[in-house]
Amino acid sequence: MAADTFDRIADIIAETANVDRATITPEAHVINDLGIDSLDFLDIVFAIDKEFGIKVPVEAWTEQVNTGKAPAEQFFIMKGLAERIDELVAAKG
Amino acid sequence: MILERFSMLDRIVAHDAETLTAEATLPLESPVFEGHFPGFPILPGVLMIETMAQAGGWLMVSRLAFERMPLLAKVGEAKMRGMLRPGDAVTIEAKLVHDGSGYAVLAGRIRDAAGKPVADAEYTLRTLPFPEESLRALVRARGTELGLP
Repeated sequence: MAADTFDRIADIIAETANVDRATITPEAHVINDLGIDSLDFLDIVFAIDKEFGIKVPVEAWTEQVNTGKAPAEQFFIMKGLAERIDELVAAKG
Repeated sequence: MILERFSMLDRIVAHDAETLTAEATLPLESPVFEGHFPGFPILPGVLMIETMAQAGGWLMVSRLAFERMPLLAKVGEAKMRGMLRPGDAVTIEAKLVHDGSGYAVLAGRIRDAAGKPVADAEYTLRTLPFPEESLRALVRARGTELGLP
């Protein structure tokens, strides 16, 4: 995980959802620990899409978690989220 | 427009992958006007927002080939710049700002007959699979009535 990516995402979450920046750690679960609801998460995804020039496939991620094909940690723990963003940016070229 | 049925657009006059333009004329009479306001009927601001959201909704439902239905999730930066009265003709514009995964952000505007902006807003639509095939058929039929191909 690029530290820069984590910081950029954490800053976005803090600003968009009015979350104390100090509580946003690599181990924090975006929904469960940071108290972000689905509408706030939509705003966060929009901000991430714009910041990184990507399209976060949040629907596909949610489906994978809901169907047991992937653990929530893979997408919704901050560390995993930053790694997935790095992958999306790399795939963009 | 038929306000009490939330039928806000009369016809779609232009659209492409990222923009849509529609027209509508406010009714001369409506139960909505009886209360908003007695003796001084004007279109409620929330219905201006609904009107803009519907234009964006038709843009998205067309983009998504009637596979998903858009629902208004967020309204930001809405400005009601003027009043609309019974019988007023308006043009409604929707422009795609960002097409995300399961959502879209759009910019909307209503112009009066002189082309002057009356209202504008940036809003977010969620898109979900149609819950019922019958609803999808109704939406498709209404889209055809409005002028969507």
